[in-house]
Amino acid sequence: MAASRKPIRWHIAVFLAPAVLVYTTVMILPLFGTLQLSLFRNTPDGQVFAGLENFRTLLGDPRWSANFWNALWNNTWFFIIHMLVQNPIGILLAALLSNPRLRLRGFYRTAIFVPTILSFVIVGFVWKLILSPLWGIAPDMLDLVGLKSLFEPWLGKEEYALTTLALISVWQFVGIPMMLIYAALLSIPDEIIEAAECDGVTGIAQFWKIKLPLILPSIGIISVLTFVGNFNAFDLIYSAQGAMAGPNFSTDILGTFLYRTFFGFQLQIGDPYMGSAIASMMFLIILAGVCLYLFGIQTRLRRYQF
Amino acid sequence: MKRASIMTLLLASPVLGAAGSALAQETTLTIESWRNDDLAIWQEKLIPAFQEKHPDIKIVFSPSAPTEYNAALNAKLDAGSAGDLITCRPFDASLELYNKKQLADLTDLPGMENFSDVAKSAWSTDDGSATFCVPMASVIHGFIYNKDAFEELGLEVPETEEEFFAVLDKIKEDGNYIPMAMGTKDLWEAATMGYQNIGPNYWKGEEGRQALIKGEQKLTDPQWVEPFATLARWKDYLGDGFEAQSYPDSQNLFTLGRAAIFPAGSWEISVFNTQVDFEMGAFAPPVKAAGDKCYISDHTDIGIGLNAKSPNQEAAKTFLSWVASPEFADIYANALPGFFSLSSTPVEMEDPLAQEFVAWREKCESTIRSTYQILSRGTPNLENETWVKSANVINGTQTPEEAAAELQKGLESWYEPQQK
Repeated sequence: MAASRKPIRWHIAVFLAPAVLVYTTVMILPLFGTLQLSLFRNTPDGQVFAGLENFRTLLGDPRWSANFWNALWNNTWFFIIHMLVQNPIGILLAALLSNPRLRLRGFYRTAIFVPTILSFVIVGFVWKLILSPLWGIAPDMLDLVGLKSLFEPWLGKEEYALTTLALISVWQFVGIPMMLIYAALLSIPDEIIEAAECDGVTGIAQFWKIKLPLILPSIGIISVLTFVGNFNAFDLIYSAQGAMAGPNFSTDILGTFLYRTFFGFQLQIGDPYMGSAIASMMFLIILAGVCLYLFGIQTRLRRYQF
Repeated sequence: MKRASIMTLLLASPVLGAAGSALAQETTLTIESWRNDDLAIWQEKLIPAFQEKHPDIKIVFSPSAPTEYNAALNAKLDAGSAGDLITCRPFDASLELYNKKQLADLTDLPGMENFSDVAKSAWSTDDGSATFCVPMASVIHGFIYNKDAFEELGLEVPETEEEFFAVLDKIKEDGNYIPMAMGTKDLWEAATMGYQNIGPNYWKGEEGRQALIKGEQKLTDPQWVEPFATLARWKDYLGDGFEAQSYPDSQNLFTLGRAAIFPAGSWEISVFNTQVDFEMGAFAPPVKAAGDKCYISDHTDIGIGLNAKSPNQEAAKTFLSWVASPEFADIYANALPGFFSLSSTPVEMEDPLAQEFVAWREKCESTIRSTYQILSRGTPNLENETWVKSANVINGTQTPEEAAAELQKGLESWYEPQQK
C-alpha cells in the first residue's frame, strides 16, 4: 500500500528554493527587465512602446551601426586571440604540469593561477605601468636585450591596443584552462596510458593520440567559457583605456559600448532604452554562440567511459 | 496606544524645532554641493565672513561625493528634501532643473549685474532671458611653463604662434627637456588642453561659438579646422610614446622638471604649487600674428542657485546676493587659486601664478568651451567626439580636415540649425 504512492519529496523543493529565489531575483528578472526595456523609447510624453525601433536604429542608422559593428568585430578579435593564445598555452602548461618528472609542480600551478584571482582594476593598472613609455619597465627590459627599437606605446596605438589588451587578459586568465585541462589529464586512468606504452605510443605521440582525444570535451567547455567571458568583457578595457575605449574606439567592445550608451559619459546623457537594446543584442549573440556549441559540437563529441 | 504617542512626538518635533528657531529669529540655510574638497574653506572662511554681516542667518554646507551628486540631488529635489541652496553644474544639468521648476529664477537678484553674459551663459536659458544660478567660479586655459628651464635656455615667453613653435624647436634642439608635456591616451587632455585651449584665438571666442550655435559657421570652416592643423604640429614636441601617456603622467613629467611647457587648465595651480621645486610662469594661448586680439577659454564651472521650494526664500536671496558680491569673490578666489571668480570686478589674488592667469582677462576676450552649450545635447555627442578627433589628429592617424568633416557630419545629423 505504501509503495503505490510515493510521498511528495518536499526536501528537494526546500533545498532548491534559496538558489532558485536568489538566482531569479538577481539574474532572471533583470534579464527580462532589460529585454522589455529595449522595446521602449523615451519621448517628451514619457516612456512609450516602440517595438523593434531601437534595434532598427542600432543596426540601421549609419552611426549606431558603425559603432555596433566596430564593437562586435573588436569583441570577435578579442575572442580569437584568446582561442589562439590562451587555450593552447593553457593546454601546453597543463601537459607540462601533469608530467610526473616535473619538480616544483605545486609552485608553478599556483604562480600561474594567481593572476586569475586578481582584480581587473589591479591588472589594468599594473600593466599600464609596465607598458608605460615613461616609467614602465618594458622599454628598459627590451633595452637590456638590445631590442629597444621594438618598443611601441602599445596601449596608445590604434593598431596594437586591442591585441595588447587581449594578451593582458590572456596573461590573467590562462590559469583557468590550465586547471581544467590539468584536472582532465589527471583523470585519465593509468591503465590506458600503460596500454599505450605497451603498444609503443609514448612521448608526444601519446599526447596527440591518447590524451588529446580524451580531454576534447574539456576543451569544448573551456571554449564556451572563453566565448561567454569575452563577449561579456568590460572591466579590463574600462580600467585600462577608460569608457571611451581609445584610441579612436579601437578597443571598444560591446561591454564598453553598452556602458557608454546606458549610463552616458561626460556630456553625453545616458539612454537606458538604447543601452538595453545593446545589452539584448549581447545576450542574443552569446545565446546563439552557446546554442551552436551545445547542439552543433557537443553532441558530436565522443565521450569515453572508463 | 504607545505607537500613537510616538507618532505624535515624531510629528510634533519638527514643529517644535521650527518654533524654537522662530523664537531666536534665526533661519538655517543648507547648501547642497559636490565640492567636498571645499568643506574647510566654507566652514573656516566663507560662512564666518557672511555671518559677521547677517548673524540671523545660519549656513550649513553639506556636500556629497562628486560622482553621486547629480543623482542624489535629483532624488532629493523630487522628494522635496533638498537643501535651500543648490550648487549648480554648468549647462544642461542645471537647465533641466530650472525647466522642472526646481530652481528659482534669479534674473533680478541684486548682485547679478556684477556678471557678464558669458559668465551667466552656463546658467541661463538658451535665449539668455532668465538666469537661475549665481556664477561662482571658472577655470582658465593657457600654458604653464618651467621658468628655470626657460632661463637656462635663454627663452622668451612666446606671444605669437611662430614664436611658440620657435621656442619648442629650441627646447627640442637642446634636448634636456621634453618641450611639451601632453599625452593623447586619456583623450580629453588632447581636446580640453589642446583644441579648446588654443581654439578661441582662431574662431574668435564668443563670435565663433555663437555663430556655430546659430548655424552660421560650420566646423569645416577654416577657423575651426586650423586649430586641428596646429595641434597636428604639436606631435613632434611631445615626449616619446605620448600616445600611451595619461594625464597624470603629463602632470608628473612637468612637476618633476622633465618637461618645459604644460598645456594647462588653471585648476592645476593649487596641485602644482605643492609639488614643484622650480619657478612656474604662465602664458596665454599664442595668437596667430603679433597684435591680434587674443581670446581665452574662461570656462564657467560652478554656480549656486535657489531651491524653488525652499521655505526660506528671502534669507536665501540675501545669501546669494552676498555670493554675487566682490567680497565673496575675493575670499573664494584666494582660498582656491585656479578657480577664478566670474565677477566683473577684478579680484586681488595673492598667488602669483593665478594672478598671471587672471590678468589675461584684461587684454583678452573670454569665451567658454565651444562644445558645452547646446551643441552636446544629441547623439553623437559633440564634446565626446571632439575628444576622440583631437587625439586622432595629434596621433597623426587622421588629417585635420577629415576630423573636422566627421565632427560636422555628426553635428549635422541631429542639430537642426546646422542642417541648412
